[in-house]
Amino acid sequence: MKILVALKQVPDTETKVKVAPDGKSLDPTDVKWITGPYDEYALEEAIRIKEAGGAEVVALTVGDDRAKEVLRNALALGADSAVLLKGQPSDDPLAVAKMVASFLEGKGFDLVLLGNKGIGGDNAAVGPMLAEILGWGHANVVVKLEVKDGAFLADRETEGGLERVAGPLPAVVTAQKGLNEPRYASLKGIMAAKKKTIEELDGAGAPAVLSNAALALPPARPDGRKIEGDPATQARALLQLLKDEAKVF
Amino acid sequence: MAGAYSTLTDLTDYMDFQSLLRAEEGMVRQAAREFVNAEVLPIIEGHAQAMTFPRELIAKMGGLGFYGPTLPETYGCAGLSSVAYGLLMYELERGDSGLRSFASVQGSLVMWPIFAYGSEAQKQRWLPAMARGEKIGCFGLTEPDFGSNPAGMLTRAVKEGGKWRINGTKMWITNGSVADVALVWAKTEEGIRGFLVERGTPGFSAPEMKGKWSLRASVTSELVLEDVLVDEEASLLPGVKGLKGPLSCLTQARFGIAWGVLGAADACYQCALDYALHRVQFDKPIAGTQLQQQKLAWMVTELTKGQLLALQLGRLKDQGRATPAQVSMAKMNNVHSALEICRKARTILGANGILDEYPVMRHMANLESVYTYEGTHDMHTLIVGEEVTGLSAYR
Repeated sequence: MKILVALKQVPDTETKVKVAPDGKSLDPTDVKWITGPYDEYALEEAIRIKEAGGAEVVALTVGDDRAKEVLRNALALGADSAVLLKGQPSDDPLAVAKMVASFLEGKGFDLVLLGNKGIGGDNAAVGPMLAEILGWGHANVVVKLEVKDGAFLADRETEGGLERVAGPLPAVVTAQKGLNEPRYASLKGIMAAKKKTIEELDGAGAPAVLSNAALALPPARPDGRKIEGDPATQARALLQLLKDEAKVF
Repeated sequence: MAGAYSTLTDLTDYMDFQSLLRAEEGMVRQAAREFVNAEVLPIIEGHAQAMTFPRELIAKMGGLGFYGPTLPETYGCAGLSSVAYGLLMYELERGDSGLRSFASVQGSLVMWPIFAYGSEAQKQRWLPAMARGEKIGCFGLTEPDFGSNPAGMLTRAVKEGGKWRINGTKMWITNGSVADVALVWAKTEEGIRGFLVERGTPGFSAPEMKGKWSLRASVTSELVLEDVLVDEEASLLPGVKGLKGPLSCLTQARFGIAWGVLGAADACYQCALDYALHRVQFDKPIAGTQLQQQKLAWMVTELTKGQLLALQLGRLKDQGRATPAQVSMAKMNNVHSALEICRKARTILGANGILDEYPVMRHMANLESVYTYEGTHDMHTLIVGEEVTGLSAYR
């Protein structure tokens, strides 16, 4: 069993996002970079499959030297090897999917796991696109996964319920919150990762057709209002505002 | 996460000291930071208020390799650099000094001497289990009447055939009541020797000390030894005689303290900075006033100096060149600075500074203990004084 986990380096969810002077990209100053939270579920699932029945886990990301942090972290958590596809992480999910697909060609992977979306762009597109290009089965927003005898069984989150889908391997599965509880890197894992190398390859040419034209922050939240009066008056005023302004009723 | 300081998501690094770290050292810090954010900060104020030790964290920290992490893999440890160990202590103490104290004692004061001075059988028996947190250790040197002058200790061990009989009392022992094994230092005919005394040995008890206003989320105990008989082969650490045994352990632990207290100081500095930016008086944030800026500038400067001092000490230690007197300087300076940073933070928070909604008062009270334990501030001052003048002012 050979599993590829595709990871994306994203700004920490707690970073205060600023738009760069060009008006269409993220200002990288003071940004702390982390592994995409949904990708962490994907990696954890791959490591659990490895621990349960044996598998080779390869971590992969697209990016520059900075993105190696994500791979070192994956190695510390238990990935066997890591690959950096060198190139600018593109705003165009199709370009990324094509790069990953061309890496996968002929390497005998049984399963590709990745987060159902990176955070930031929120396109949720690389997983499905990758499956399309490869002609593999695909299950997204998966909260439970079983893999055995050359097939997978996956529970997907759907509107108001769960859907269980089955299919043959190889397949692409994208992870949703709830799939598992990712572990912390242990200190021994971190030291063991030092001995593993990161393979660097040039991402096979897939020119981006999409690019960001503009990036804007949501408008600042208006100041709050204080409702005055005795409790009964305040309650009436609040109810009125909830009806008329917030329109929650 | 408790309190307003949660909005600052990484450690304070004014001089970019992290650019001097190796990749794995940064990863160790990050792993420890995530652990503290998720597992420690949500529960620590409650434990400190209730004066209970968060036992639920013992096994978790063991699973991540937080105990004795500089010891080699052959004994189930991670083989970290001293700098990585220091960063781990920084992040743990950002959670609470009690938690860092637990790890310091387990790793530096019990696992390290077993590794350095124990027999192979003792190492095999204790180190892997202690690394996993399945066995807990404590360190018994200080006595009710002998603190700064441990050479005067009254605890005695007398050889009786293949056994030793130990009598005495130890005090201020972190982890004492929860420990499975106590490393007890006792005077013998051949000088001071170290003995591993297991919980449950007849005549040995470890009553917990109550009523602390500091390190409330940590267990502090007495050790009472009344005609305790231990087997020489299992108990006596064969590799060291004399005061250098316990003092060499303290040098290890003090190194961790010099790093750790900066974590507590950083938590207080960030909390105070965030508070000052959001606290509006006279129609402007108090961070825009000169008196508060003076405090904040002083705090971040001292914190930064402490980081660079600790880092250089760690690099020397990894090269085997750090001297005990250098460790004394770092412990002395960094604990003093950290305590002052916490005190200034308290004043910036005004009345809010005394509440457990913020971590400031807890850290400040904790550091009052750290100021005194593992060599008092005054003793370290005299050690540095002796180092530069060649004249001892205390003996």
